[in-house]
Amino acid sequence: MKSITRQKPYEEIAGQLEKFSRVFLVGCGTCATVVRTGGVEQVAAMEGKLQESGFLVTGWTVIPTACDEMTAASAQENETALGNASCILVMACALGVQRMSLYVKKPVIPALDTMFMGMEESPGYYVEACDQCGQCILGYTAGICPVTACHKGLLNGPCGGTNRGKCEVDTDKDCAFTLIYQRLKEQNRLELMKYYHPPRNAQVIPKPRVKYLDTEGVEQ
Amino acid sequence: MNLSFKELLDSGKFVVTAEVAPPKGTNLEEMNHHINLLKDKVDAINVTDHQSSVMRFPSVGGGIAIKERGGEPILQMTCRDRNQMALQSDLLFAYSRGIHNVLCLTGDAIPVGDHRQARGVFELDSVQLLHAIARLESGIDLGGSELNGAVSFCKGAIVTPEADPLEPQLSKFEKKVEAGAEFFQTQAIYDLDNFAVFMEQARGYPVKILAGIVLLTSAPMARYMSENVPGIFVPQHLIDELKSAPKGGALSKGIEIAGRMIASLKDNSVCDGVHIMAINKEEVVPDILEAAGI
Repeated sequence: MKSITRQKPYEEIAGQLEKFSRVFLVGCGTCATVVRTGGVEQVAAMEGKLQESGFLVTGWTVIPTACDEMTAASAQENETALGNASCILVMACALGVQRMSLYVKKPVIPALDTMFMGMEESPGYYVEACDQCGQCILGYTAGICPVTACHKGLLNGPCGGTNRGKCEVDTDKDCAFTLIYQRLKEQNRLELMKYYHPPRNAQVIPKPRVKYLDTEGVEQ
Repeated sequence: MNLSFKELLDSGKFVVTAEVAPPKGTNLEEMNHHINLLKDKVDAINVTDHQSSVMRFPSVGGGIAIKERGGEPILQMTCRDRNQMALQSDLLFAYSRGIHNVLCLTGDAIPVGDHRQARGVFELDSVQLLHAIARLESGIDLGGSELNGAVSFCKGAIVTPEADPLEPQLSKFEKKVEAGAEFFQTQAIYDLDNFAVFMEQARGYPVKILAGIVLLTSAPMARYMSENVPGIFVPQHLIDELKSAPKGGALSKGIEIAGRMIASLKDNSVCDGVHIMAINKEEVVPDILEAAGI
C-alpha cells in the first residue's frame, strides 16, 4: 500500500509561502519517494525552484518514513536549520505534514495533495484499492472492491452506464461489476452475484476515527 | 372510473407512459405545457430527477405539477444527490401530495453533468432504495423508528435488455424484483428480436415490463446513440431507413418507426406496455401514439 500524492501547482505552493522568506524542506523516503513526489530528487528540484523565486532555503531533509516517530528524531537532528526557517514545506503525504506539525512550532505547509491509498498493480501503475469503509465485502465480490472500483461505489450490481465492460465515466476504466462477474464465474461462485448487500453503515466508527492499543497491545 | 397506475398495470391493459423534464429554473411553462399535452394521452407521466446529472427544478415539484393538472405522475428518484434521510423524507412528502408511483434509479454519474465538482452521494443504490421504500410501507424507517403515517407506492425500476455483458444486469434485475419492484421501464430497445429473447427470461418474474421507446430523430442521431450510449443498440436497417427519408422527413420517419415498434409489441403481446422517451420532442408523443394506432 502506498499513500499516493501529487505535487500542487507551484503557484499555489509559492502563494502559501508568500509571507515566509525562509523555508525548510522535508521529503519522505517511503511513499512519496516511490511515486516521485517527495524523494531526494524532487526535494532538490523544489529547493532550486524556491531559490529562483527568491526564497532562502535554510536546509532540507528526506525523512525515511515521515508518518511515524522518525519525524521527531529528524526534527531534532535538523534543529538549527529548522530554527532558522520561518516555515516548513513538506513534500510528503498528509500524514507527514501532520506528523511534522506535532513537533515544530512553526507553520507547516503541504507541497503535495494526498490523492488515495494505492496498490501498485504493475510497475508504476497504482490503483485505488480501498476506501477504508470498515465493513469489508471482498469475500462476496471475488476480491474486487466495488466500493472503490465502481465510480458510484454501488454494491448490488452494475448501473446503466456500464458499456462493454467499461465505465461510462471513463472508458479506460473497467466496470467493477463486469470484473466481479467474470471472476466469480471463473471461481464457480456466480450465486454471489445475487446476494443482496444492505446499505453500508457510514458510522462504523464516527469520524474522526481512532484505534487505541494500550501498552499490552489490547485495544481500548 | 379512474384507475390508478397500479390498477391499470394489474388490469392487463397495454400501458403507455411518457416523460417530462423539469426546467432549469423556475419557469414551469414548458413543462406544464408538456404535462397538459400528455396527461390524457398516456396512462402515467414520468418526471425526471436532475437527468444527466444536470441540476434542475426537483422531480417532486414536477410530480406535484402533474397531479395538479389531473395526470398520474411516476416520480423518478435517483440515489445520486440525497442520503437515506433525505430520500425517505422526500418520499413522505411525495406521498402526502398524492404521488403514489416511484421509479427507483441509481442516477447518472456526477462527471457527465453540469456540477462536476459536486459529491455523488450514492449512499443507497437502486436495489437498496426499493428495500427502503418497502420498509417505509411497513411503517418503519431505515433508522428503525416508527412512522406516524406510512406510505404506499407502486414501485418501479429500470433494466437494460441490451446491456453488454447481460448477465450482471440480469442478476441486478432479479434483486430489484426481490426488493419489491412491481414494474420495469427498460432502456431504449430497437431490436425486437433481441427484446423478445430478453422478455422470455423476464416473463419468469411477477413484474410488468414497459419497453423503452426513444424517438429516433435522424440517422446520425441513431448512429451516435448506438455507438456511444451504454445499453443502446440501433440495428443498421433502422439507420438506413432514417437515411432514406426525404430531406426534412427524418423526424416523421422516426415517429413512424416508433409507432410501428409500439404496435408490434402490443399486437404480439411481447410486453405489458411502453415507456416513450421523446427527449426534447415531447410535442410529437401524440403523433407516435397515433402512428401506433393507440
